Amino acid sequence: MKQENVPQDLSSLGKITKEVCYATDSTGKYVTTLSDGWDVKITALDVAWEEIQGRIAQAKQKVLNGEASPLLFFMELRLMDTSIVADYTGFWKWQIKRHLKPDVFNKLSEKDLKKYAEAFNVKVAELKSMDVHED
Amino acid sequence: MKIDFEHGQAAHCESGVTSNLLKKISNGKITEPLAFGIGAGLFFVYVPLIKINNGPAIAFRSMPGFIFNRTCKSLGIPVVQKKFSSKEKAEAALMESLEAGQPVGAQVGVYYLSYFPKEYRFHFNAHNLIVFGKEDDNYLISDPIMEHATTLTSYELERVRFAKGALAPKGQLYYPGNQKQITDYQIRQAIKSGIKKNAFNMISIPGPFAGVSGIRYTGRKIKAWRDKLGLKTAGLYLAQLVRMQEEIGTGGGGFRYIYAAFLQQANDYLPNADLLKASEMFTQSGDLWRTAAVQAAGIYKGRIGSQEDFNVMGDYLLQIAEIEKKAFTILKNIKW
Repeated sequence: MKQENVPQDLSSLGKITKEVCYATDSTGKYVTTLSDGWDVKITALDVAWEEIQGRIAQAKQKVLNGEASPLLFFMELRLMDTSIVADYTGFWKWQIKRHLKPDVFNKLSEKDLKKYAEAFNVKVAELKSMDVHED
Repeated sequence: MKIDFEHGQAAHCESGVTSNLLKKISNGKITEPLAFGIGAGLFFVYVPLIKINNGPAIAFRSMPGFIFNRTCKSLGIPVVQKKFSSKEKAEAALMESLEAGQPVGAQVGVYYLSYFPKEYRFHFNAHNLIVFGKEDDNYLISDPIMEHATTLTSYELERVRFAKGALAPKGQLYYPGNQKQITDYQIRQAIKSGIKKNAFNMISIPGPFAGVSGIRYTGRKIKAWRDKLGLKTAGLYLAQLVRMQEEIGTGGGGFRYIYAAFLQQANDYLPNADLLKASEMFTQSGDLWRTAAVQAAGIYKGRIGSQEDFNVMGDYLLQIAEIEKKAFTILKNIKW
């Protein structure tokens, strides 16, 4: 890629820091050039997040319908599967799967809820209400 | 407390950290491309059966941790590398090194990395940064992705050092084990060894999933994605491929441009027309990776999406595999 062709499409990263790209100058020698971002990868990231947002919304609906505990919502929100949650909380995967049932979740002790709250970086109250305030 | 250390921005976190940690003892000679090439950083692998973020597991670079280790080893520098079971011990060890005036490389997860924009925070645990001091409760952080040095509170640093999931860092710290100056002779030897290792990884690793065979395999897979996964999921898969290829830290074209830059710099130490010829081929390959990314974007944006469009996409990868195979064969056969 030639230096003058390095794309400069402002991405959400570009607002915080420019990225180093390697490109050739007029003599063909490689130099580093800063880039604000590239439309092609901005869209790739957008597409990935749209999919995630859809999964979060679906999970929320399931919780509201009483088909799953708030745990499902937070797992989607935090992009965590059962093995990551297991690593953060110290629960076994089968325990987490049980906790996905609303009845079981509602009987969890304060101590267990705290473990989940810490893993998801929220307060215990938020864990129950799915009402998260961020940024 | 602040160590005499100069932050330097780089394209890729691990080769950037390696270059910055070796800056003093190499008088700045170990640039990012040299660290990347000596560390045999270029790779391709498609790991079947495993999914990452509900998409394919594809990497354009060697295993995390490989570059620092391999670069130091090739340069004859001992490596100090520690993992920890306890958070307290992990912080104590960090403080001890800082107090001794040693900037320290650390493996971290990006999910809770507070200075990263939210859109970029996935459970990716193989990010690298350098800690070079502490002021009050703030650690001074040199993250090669960022233009400027930054800070993390002790809680924030602990959280990312002990991120969980695949490739969990377990507080890993690393730094060069001595401060002997690196000679040009050492650099020349290391360049040869790095190229040899990289050629092996790309054209001689057995099996269909790694190296140029992996690129070919992925190209053929892509042609089948539309029928097998449906247009929407196939688009998501392609978006994931493009992110692995171009997202923060690759320098563009799935690290192929960094590698082309490395070969030019290698030629400064070991003049050889074949190095420059191979460098041009990696530029060509990087350009094709980006052309393929534009094609992929057409699909995940919904602008195109016929089977023919997927065939074109897959064929780009087959073409790339041919170029990279030829380039590494040239490199492998250089008589030093």
